[in-house]
Amino acid sequence: MSLNAKDKEAVRAFWAKVSGKAGEIGTDALSRMLVVYPQTKTYFSHWKDLSPGSEPVKKHGKSVMGGVAEAVAKIDDLNAGLLNLSELHAFTLRVDPANFKILSHCILVVLAIMFPQDFTPEVHVAMDKFLAALSRALSEKYR
Amino acid sequence: MVEWTECERATIKDIFAKLDYDSVGPAALSRCLVVYPWTQRYFSKFGNLYNAAAIMGNPNVAKHGKIILHDLERGVKNMDNLKETYADLSVLHSEKLHVDPDNFKLISDCLTIVVASRMGKAFTGEVQAALQKFLAVVVSSLGRQYH
Repeated sequence: MSLNAKDKEAVRAFWAKVSGKAGEIGTDALSRMLVVYPQTKTYFSHWKDLSPGSEPVKKHGKSVMGGVAEAVAKIDDLNAGLLNLSELHAFTLRVDPANFKILSHCILVVLAIMFPQDFTPEVHVAMDKFLAALSRALSEKYR
Repeated sequence: MVEWTECERATIKDIFAKLDYDSVGPAALSRCLVVYPWTQRYFSKFGNLYNAAAIMGNPNVAKHGKIILHDLERGVKNMDNLKETYADLSVLHSEKLHVDPDNFKLISDCLTIVVASRMGKAFTGEVQAALQKFLAVVVSSLGRQYH
């Protein structure tokens, strides 16, 4: 299920439309994840405030979407492009990779909310494939 | 037995009260067939599913999408009895239709995304959590009679 040329084009085109709101997307996706999947809160026990839209959530949402932006730019070779991020997640953060699917789903939900006309089924499948490929690249260094 | 809070019950009823079943059903099923193309294996008699435009314009897909939503409404009316409510449909999907139950989660995710796009900002984390919990129990009930 790797990304073909059509998928990459669709991802780049859609990202160009939405990247201006990346911070907002990240904040909402992360806020939502912590509410809908409370087990994910276990990774953030060091934060003072886990409520939707809080300062740590906003800051981290921005970080996460920065990673997504980087992945869009390096879409032709995600494994190489995301090597450092993979090492970070594998050796330092040690986030169970099942959670990548969870956050990806939340990102897709936010895209559907914020861009109902643009988030067509064709864009949805390209973004779903892209986030899955991104998740695989992030898991590369785990073992 | 699944425990529902008053808030969850109210949220589910509210979501479905505001939904246009005849639009959301077809949108969710056609999105599922586009995003997860292997699900088309169950719809070989539906005619042209050749590309996204064909799927979204296919009247058999639309008709079936409406049926699915109306069947979900039965669950909304019987939230304390979902296992029994869906027992017959579970047998049907297992014995007659031979649908891999993993597919129920796929269409459930597509439905969540369509509802999100219709509700906009009103689709908060709490609303999403309630809907996903409801759909998860429906999915589990649909898988119960498989053997």
